[in-house]
Amino acid sequence: MNFEYAPAPESRAIVDIKPSYGLFIDGEFVDGHGHSFKTVNPATEETLAEIAEADDADVDRAVKAARKAFRGWSRMPGKERAKYLFRIARIIQERSRELAVLESIDNGKPIKESRDVDVPIVAAHFFYHAGWADKLEHAGLGANPQPHGVAGQVIPWNFPLLMLAWKIAPALACGNTVVLKPAETTPLTALLFAEICQQADLPPGVVNIVTGAGGTGQALVSHPDVDKVAFTGSTDVGKAIARAIAGTDKKATLELGGKAANILFDDAPIDQAVEGIVSGIFFNQGHVCCAGSRLLLQESVADEVMAKLKRRMGTLRIGDPLDKNTDIGAINSAEQLARIRALAEIGEDEGAERWSPPCELPSSGFWFPPTVFTGVSQAHRIAREEIFGPVLSVLTFRTPAEAVEKANNTPYGLSAGVWTEKGSRILFMADRLKAGVVWANTFNKFDPASPFGGYKESGYGREGGRQGLASYLKAGA
Amino acid sequence: MAASRVDVRKTYKLYIGGAFPRSESGRSFVVNDAKGKFLANASLASRKDARDAVVAARKAVPGWAGRTPYNRGQILYRIAEVLDSRGDQFVAELVRTEGVTAAKARTYVEAAVDRLVWYAGWADKIGQVVGNANPVSGPFFNLSSPEPTGVVAVVAPRGPLLGLVSVLAPVIVTGNTAVVLASEAHPLTAITLAEVLDASDVPGGVVNILTGTVSEVAPWLASHMDVNAIDLTGVTDPELATDLERAAADNLKRVRRAPATEPDWLATPGIDRLTDFLEIKTVWHPIGV
Repeated sequence: MNFEYAPAPESRAIVDIKPSYGLFIDGEFVDGHGHSFKTVNPATEETLAEIAEADDADVDRAVKAARKAFRGWSRMPGKERAKYLFRIARIIQERSRELAVLESIDNGKPIKESRDVDVPIVAAHFFYHAGWADKLEHAGLGANPQPHGVAGQVIPWNFPLLMLAWKIAPALACGNTVVLKPAETTPLTALLFAEICQQADLPPGVVNIVTGAGGTGQALVSHPDVDKVAFTGSTDVGKAIARAIAGTDKKATLELGGKAANILFDDAPIDQAVEGIVSGIFFNQGHVCCAGSRLLLQESVADEVMAKLKRRMGTLRIGDPLDKNTDIGAINSAEQLARIRALAEIGEDEGAERWSPPCELPSSGFWFPPTVFTGVSQAHRIAREEIFGPVLSVLTFRTPAEAVEKANNTPYGLSAGVWTEKGSRILFMADRLKAGVVWANTFNKFDPASPFGGYKESGYGREGGRQGLASYLKAGA
Repeated sequence: MAASRVDVRKTYKLYIGGAFPRSESGRSFVVNDAKGKFLANASLASRKDARDAVVAARKAVPGWAGRTPYNRGQILYRIAEVLDSRGDQFVAELVRTEGVTAAKARTYVEAAVDRLVWYAGWADKIGQVVGNANPVSGPFFNLSSPEPTGVVAVVAPRGPLLGLVSVLAPVIVTGNTAVVLASEAHPLTAITLAEVLDASDVPGGVVNILTGTVSEVAPWLASHMDVNAIDLTGVTDPELATDLERAAADNLKRVRRAPATEPDWLATPGIDRLTDFLEIKTVWHPIGV
């Protein structure tokens, strides 16, 4: 018997998208002087709004506004700065549905994720860091830690508002001021956040939002009056930033790509693990830097796990991001879709076996079915390169040592997963995996109190927790 | 008239993988004493020597990082003991090579011994100071702990003993291994220190010491894809420091930049030289029955 789902779309009446948006500088929306661009709904290809592009002079204006605001903001007693962050957290909670719907429209992610994951963690980030603002002397950097100054922050399109929160909340709590550039394809929630700053009466210039593409980001991170750079995005751009700031006094936090191994041993709780594998790679369409994109199965259970995994993949619902039943939404852009398609074709060409459940994809918009490759070897490009889409590569292993060897055989080192009922084996693996976050018998968990960030070419510095806070402070004189 | 005894002079070579090889290039350079008189022909390290040193350092990582912190602390303390017992030798060497007074040299040697003792004590405490449990909002055990970064290249500062010990001890005490490019001006003391390390239960490959020119060797270390981090403390040319930092971006090495001026090595250090070469790893596990 086949059950049909009735559509259950979330109303988009709650959001009011303006035809065009300017830049947010010194507390005001102002015109940009670059070539404006359009942001589209990736599920329908409908144009949502015209967005201003910040040119070098606009970026300079934003940095000047942040510099001017730094004096007052950094000297404001921490307990007063905290209250602004608490206010922002509260307004995010009050406007949470609006933010979630807008995020799903602009990004393509399912409403159940933007509503239940992204936006609640955004509010939690501001709450967590608000509480730090008047306790910085307890953060482990001595009696009188100081902010760096102006932070230039560039964020990606996969978690637009969440990445904004990861960047802005700790920066502000520590007394820095901010110029943030959201991703070209997902600017809308950052611009709504600018309105939230206005509602919170945040002093002008403390947060500035400059929209644009790579050129705007480059102008921002290389601006001579930016003291601290924070970037989340690709490893290639991360390296370019590291080169650009060489020889300066700028500090940097880089949160870059990943190719995480999700390792399943024969004694693992298999049904629970299958859920973890699915959320590990199909959460947010696989647009996750820490996605569990390499599944390492112990040989003796590989067939059983693959059968269960395929059955589970067959129940995933792809389609309208605003439908509350949707599991997998739209790929964020045509460009990203082309990249996923190209790598999937390379996977087939190199001899791996491709499988997707039968599923109907909408006729307009950018879509890619959940896909798994078996018979993958370590040399295959789909085992080495970050696909950043709903594509899982499956490899097998026999011994724990082989699993460690294969898991660490990558220039990345952001995250890893381990599934086993044996506690000592979890700790053995956790000890040896070269990854900044190890999820044991779980996957893709995030919390403002828990540091996140990578080893090796996944970048440096941490975000979240006491260690993340430290990235926005220097030891006092 | 009895003939005066002729000195038995020491040959200064490199220190790689627990052995003292000459430079594979067969090259050497003249090192003079503070008065300009010939002291020794030191080995002039090449690109190949740098690469050999990285291979040795990489090989030593699992064993050294896998030691208990208590054990690493004892080995650092042992280095301090052996250095202290050879204090007179180092005083004489510093007087001869740097031209400082014996009293000043004694101060440096004693401070170097004390610095090693200070860092030895950090071995089993740094994890408690910079790691912690995280109170996440869900039923999860969540723990962050520091781990060594891996292979760290160190361009040592001018201070041939105290400066060198002050940059080396914090790198290795947490479980990293090091490839050190000794002070170009005063290379010999670094090799004498290698003899101390060699007699102190430091496993071969944990510390590798090269002598030579910074501008020749440091770029190979900065661009080496199997080096995880680089300490530029001893780089005095800002242009070279920028080039090295840029090269280090090829595999996103953790970079400790050169200081604007030579630090006061006699001052008590902070823990930043420890934390600069550590990674925070966070482990999650659900809580349930």
